Amino acid sequence: MKRRTFLKGSLTSGVLAVAAGAGLLKPSQVLAAAYSEAAFKTEISAEEALKAALGMSDMSDSGDIQIKAPLQAENGAVVPIKVQTSLPAEAIAIVAVKNPAPLTTYVNLDGAGGFYSARIKMGQTSDVHAVVKSGGKLMKATQQIKVTVGGCGG
Amino acid sequence: MARLTKMKIKKAGDKHQVLVLVNHPMETGRRKDSKTGQLIPAHFIQSMAFKHNGKVVAEANMASGVSKNPLIGIEILNAKAGDKVDISWTDNKGENGSAQSAIK
Repeated sequence: MKRRTFLKGSLTSGVLAVAAGAGLLKPSQVLAAAYSEAAFKTEISAEEALKAALGMSDMSDSGDIQIKAPLQAENGAVVPIKVQTSLPAEAIAIVAVKNPAPLTTYVNLDGAGGFYSARIKMGQTSDVHAVVKSGGKLMKATQQIKVTVGGCGG
Repeated sequence: MARLTKMKIKKAGDKHQVLVLVNHPMETGRRKDSKTGQLIPAHFIQSMAFKHNGKVVAEANMASGVSKNPLIGIEILNAKAGDKVDISWTDNKGENGSAQSAIK
């Protein structure tokens, strides 16, 4: 099992490195099939995580994305986030910038609506990006969520 | 051990919201057991697939950054009464679960 996980991990990152380097492959097509452990690693930047998950990290702000989340979370272990967009979404990611693993979750969409909701953990007060992939580009909306009690273990 | 997996479908205008609740600890692997001082091994759902009439319309990926007992929601389009919705998930220890429902 350990060997398998290792192989899977190295394969994924190998493919990514090649694709990112050459710009020939669309990594999103590769990753749509396999779970990407690289995307959820700790101690990486939000950009690196998005690159591993969605194949790109350049984002522009968009007014067509709405985040529904509390301004202040009393309990960082459960922070409900809802993302809604009118853009034709291919993927939606929720990124808590200051978390040990900034990418909390993302969803690949194929025929489903521009909506994604989840409850995430937040270690501390942080900006939360709702990142939408649409037409091969990343768009984001940002909201700061204040956390009084962290929820990332420890 | 099968974990409780519940699905709820809510109609919102011409769309349907699918909400899935799984009874799962979502351990990060960084938390310590207060009695033994040992790290609790990571245990979290990795992926969840949503099928509408047999076609995968959404595939959620996550790790331990999602809260315990995750509640995941997506929206399906152009659904008619009687359409089937299937969801299934797998975690990092190879456990899995699923739920089926139909649109009313």
